[in-house]
Amino acid sequence: MESSVVKNKNKKGLKANIILILLVILLAIIPLYIAKGSEFEGADVVAQEAIRDINPEYEPWFSPIFKPASGEIESLLFAVQAALGAGIIGYGIGSYKSRKVNVGKND
Amino acid sequence: MSKKMQVAVGLGLMFLFMPIKVSAMHIMEGFLQPGWCIAWGAITIPFVLLGFFSIKKTIDEKPRLKILLAMAGAFAFVLSALKIPSVTGSCSHPTGLAFGAILFGPTAMTVFGVIVLLFQSLLLAHGGLTTLGANAFSMAVVGPFVAYGIYKLVQRLKGPRWLAIFLAATLGDLTSYMVTSIQLSLAFPSEVGGVVASLYRFMGIFAVTQIPLAISEGILTVVIFNVLASYSKEELKDLNLLTSEG
Repeated sequence: MESSVVKNKNKKGLKANIILILLVILLAIIPLYIAKGSEFEGADVVAQEAIRDINPEYEPWFSPIFKPASGEIESLLFAVQAALGAGIIGYGIGSYKSRKVNVGKND
Repeated sequence: MSKKMQVAVGLGLMFLFMPIKVSAMHIMEGFLQPGWCIAWGAITIPFVLLGFFSIKKTIDEKPRLKILLAMAGAFAFVLSALKIPSVTGSCSHPTGLAFGAILFGPTAMTVFGVIVLLFQSLLLAHGGLTTLGANAFSMAVVGPFVAYGIYKLVQRLKGPRWLAIFLAATLGDLTSYMVTSIQLSLAFPSEVGGVVASLYRFMGIFAVTQIPLAISEGILTVVIFNVLASYSKEELKDLNLLTSEG
């Protein structure tokens, strides 16, 4: 009885989470239409242009030690970063979930 | 080690490392004068040290929170890898640090934030080593402190927990980028209009771009809390005692 209450609660939570994630996706898609035709470069690149404009004499005094050779390699590294994080989060949730299932069995 | 001692060690090292190269959030490599780089880096060092002590204390006192701590860092890793388009026609990414700041206190997340920034500046040419201090101050110090403060404030006002989490993450994210704008306008005042004119311009670039992303970060932080609330109640209970960081 109690476990079915917990299950229902989890289901409700899952539903809420799916709706929330859809909202996030929507928030990422809408700008593509609002700002149609823009280049969608990084805000840091835009800032760099602004700095050049404000102070044309400014010379960057240091450059990155290592630069990904292409946009593809850069996106590879960003994907690795996200995958590492997602893996750890998945591991954590999995271990909490299995603990909960096991505790339930012992009862 | 007492709190006073921790602060003393932090300040001592701050002066020791004053002339060291520092780099910050998403101000690009070389795009901040050496003086500013050093100043922002020096301000950040004590927070990093407090963060180390705070993490060590968490692990020593509640070893079972280790997984959750790793998850807090991992969440920042994932979110800061997501470059999302915004209404201004440019892209930026969330920071993901509010989640951990709510759980473990702001300085613990300073440490994770610096790790993320180091990863991005060394491997991705994103941000930079020289700008690490300034970027760390905006993203890994101000952001988590604002998030933590807002969370506590909404709780005190008896607001619902989801709202506290959402506002903490959204506003923490947004203020990080506002600080970046302030840092750049201090370093690059306009010829006409000075700092204020530059601030207006950089806010338009960073803060406005960040608004939808900050909302996304708020939503995603609520999502991860929902997941934790169903699977790791005990850890969250542990933390209600622990988050009272001085």
